[in-house]
Amino acid sequence: MSGAQALVASQSGSPSKRILVGYGFWVFLLSDIIMFSAIFAGYAVLSGATAGGPTGAQLFHLDVAAIETGCLLVSSFTCGLAAIAAGVRSQLWTQVGLAVTGLLGAAFVVLEVREFSLMVAQGAGPQRSAFLSAFFALVGCHGIHVSAGLLWLGTMMAQVYAKGFRADIMRRLLCFSLFWHALDIIWVAILTVVYLMGAGA
Amino acid sequence: MGKLSWSAIPFDQPIPMTASALMMLGIAALLIWVLVKGHFPYVWREWITSVDHKRIGVMYCLLAGVMLIRGFIDALMMRSQLALATGGAAGYLPPEHYDQIFSAHGTIMIFFVAMPFVIGLMNFVAPLQLGIRDVAFPTLNSVSLWLTASGVLLVNVSLVIGEFARTGWLAYPPLSELQFSPGVGVDYYLWALQISGVGTLLTGINLATTILKMHAPGMTYTRMPVFCWTALASNLLIVAAFPILTATFAMLLLDRYLGFHFFTNELGGNPMMYVNLIWAWGHPEVYILVLPAFGVFSEVISTFSGKPLFGYRSMVAATMAICLLSFVVWLHHFFTMGAGADVNGFFGIMTMIIAVPTGVKIFNWLFTMYGGRIRFTVPLLWSLAFMLTFVLGGMTGVLMAIPPADFVLHNSVFLVAHFHNVIIGGVLFGAFAGYNYWFPKAFGFTLDERWGKAAFWCWVIGFYVAFMPLYALGFLGMTRRMQHSAEPSWTPLLHVAAVGALIILAGIICQVVQLVVSVRGRHQRLDLTGDPWDGRTLEWATPSPPPSFNFAVLPNVTGEEPYWGVKQRAIKEHRLADEPKYVPIEMPLNSPTGFITAFFTTVTGFALIWHIWWQVAFGLLGAFATFVVFAWRDRAEHEISAEEVAKVDRERRRVRTEALPGRGPPS
Repeated sequence: MSGAQALVASQSGSPSKRILVGYGFWVFLLSDIIMFSAIFAGYAVLSGATAGGPTGAQLFHLDVAAIETGCLLVSSFTCGLAAIAAGVRSQLWTQVGLAVTGLLGAAFVVLEVREFSLMVAQGAGPQRSAFLSAFFALVGCHGIHVSAGLLWLGTMMAQVYAKGFRADIMRRLLCFSLFWHALDIIWVAILTVVYLMGAGA
Repeated sequence: MGKLSWSAIPFDQPIPMTASALMMLGIAALLIWVLVKGHFPYVWREWITSVDHKRIGVMYCLLAGVMLIRGFIDALMMRSQLALATGGAAGYLPPEHYDQIFSAHGTIMIFFVAMPFVIGLMNFVAPLQLGIRDVAFPTLNSVSLWLTASGVLLVNVSLVIGEFARTGWLAYPPLSELQFSPGVGVDYYLWALQISGVGTLLTGINLATTILKMHAPGMTYTRMPVFCWTALASNLLIVAAFPILTATFAMLLLDRYLGFHFFTNELGGNPMMYVNLIWAWGHPEVYILVLPAFGVFSEVISTFSGKPLFGYRSMVAATMAICLLSFVVWLHHFFTMGAGADVNGFFGIMTMIIAVPTGVKIFNWLFTMYGGRIRFTVPLLWSLAFMLTFVLGGMTGVLMAIPPADFVLHNSVFLVAHFHNVIIGGVLFGAFAGYNYWFPKAFGFTLDERWGKAAFWCWVIGFYVAFMPLYALGFLGMTRRMQHSAEPSWTPLLHVAAVGALIILAGIICQVVQLVVSVRGRHQRLDLTGDPWDGRTLEWATPSPPPSFNFAVLPNVTGEEPYWGVKQRAIKEHRLADEPKYVPIEMPLNSPTGFITAFFTTVTGFALIWHIWWQVAFGLLGAFATFVVFAWRDRAEHEISAEEVAKVDRERRRVRTEALPGRGPPS
């Protein structure tokens, strides 16, 4: 934001558009986290309700979960690199950073889909017990968020390419990276509550 | 076409067919009138695609008004059925139809009357009171509106195609599970509320950001009018509570569509978890609705008592205390679940504690009136009736907060009387007060006082006649959601309640007449100065209706009640402040994004209800494409030239200067 714009913003009593958009998006993320906490609560209530079916200790493969975690955490790092590249207006490195982020995110989604289909194949689908319903809903909801994020990311890459580093594009990049990092936080909670605690129980 | 076939249309049932035929005739007549008269370009340009918070607020209130009539027809049918089907008679509504009516009545009145009404008022008023030009995200605001309209449309479509839920307004499982509700009724309920719920959540984010971050220079938090504070509390609650509703409904949808076992009877499902989750949203929802109404009463009572609000800071503190406490009382909706004495005791006490900040507010309003020069206008009458009625409703609530008493009264019509007592007496009276109070600001002329008072008396008397008998019937043991009753001693009270509903009907007719009379006679009741009530807050500093940019120059706020201070100075000095320097103003461009998005969500929702999977894909793709097109636009704002701004503001200054001599304000 230039000096003149800052002056206008302070005279109007309201902050700049960038601050406003970031703030509003934070509020949205909080609401999204509340939605996840409701599903987490559901999982916590139902995690013992296996109805004679398989338990987490029998189903979860921590090595897969570790690779998934690695993909997501590294993708957050590359997302941060893309944000730095956008900050110095480098089209090439922004695109590279976003592309790597997307590939890692896609790898995560593929691994998760594979994990789900293996579970379904061995008769441990969401219809088997309330515990598995809650598991598929919670982990799947995060997976849908990542997939939606990939759709957004692809759109953003096209936008950065077509429109350059315009102020509104930069604001959207900011929101996207906030979103992507928030998904990491939720994944860490899932890894802990679902996989680590579930495999140990 | 999935599950959809011609048998979905209930040709053999005269009541829904007649109702839907009338509804479609009405819509067709309106459309033809708009098209033939050539109003369509105007409606499209100035309303449907508008991102102006004032227009959006008005459309929300209009939606609420129309749906109030729809929901009230349901109420009339229920009361008449119960008055007829007593002492063993069968009445005229078969059980499967009656069950749909009470479910639709509750759903519509809460989600599509009370919610849009308070959201409409907040949308219209909050930016004006804060001294800003629009909300933080104007296009998102339009998306919210049209998503709500999309939900409304789906609920009304259920009247013609298929059926509505027979599960009550909160669709408790296991009754709402596929096993016991195999039809599309519950799916209509769920998808309509999911779509409109997203709209509400987006409104919450938008208005919370607006109120927390945007304000005129000098408008600090502790100078914000109390209505803005209550709107802030309400929107924070929306942000914190609506995601729980979305998650809960998503779980029930997974149960119904993909065979999950969240709330089923078998394989470990837990129906009581649904009840907990839905009330973790549902109790804050009560305060989402009533807090803005408290804000309206604060503004109205202060203005018409000619005094600043008594105890401004305690009012703010009470509002925020209610905001927090609303999240720790949800279990009082199901003391009978069997959570045990300790849990019930905790939630009983927390519930009673909420009465404390509410009591603070009641006393503040009373002390505001004490010693004031009170003008008994229609908005003030609604506020007075509110104070009496709401205290009564609050006391019956505290009564039921005692778990042993609740075990006796749970699911009786005593409870029905209680929550109508607080929602009609609190939310609806507040909405009507706000409607009469801010109507001149929105349209530039006041509403007719005589018809307004007639409506007021019919509503208030009708309310007491309709609901006091239900308290008695509840004590006599009548449970809610009964389609008929066999106990002869209940008959007289049921007849009285039906008469009460008819008196309320007279009230609604008076309100329609009031609107018609006011529009036709508007040239006699123009609000030329923009300050018809001798107001105290910034919305009265602009002309009525305000220009699209609200304020030619953003007001400089130096204390509480900023407009009152400016006005008193002008009266004392017999002149307005010096003419400011006008600069061009950037305003957001109108956009059809909201309308088109809602079109595609309606398509998607309908397809999901009927399992038409190709149409689901089409709808989702369309919605995504709409967003991409919106994201690709290069111009988001247009400039209003300094000359145009100056012209509008000089006219405002001229009428205000003319009104100065002999002021007091025009009454």
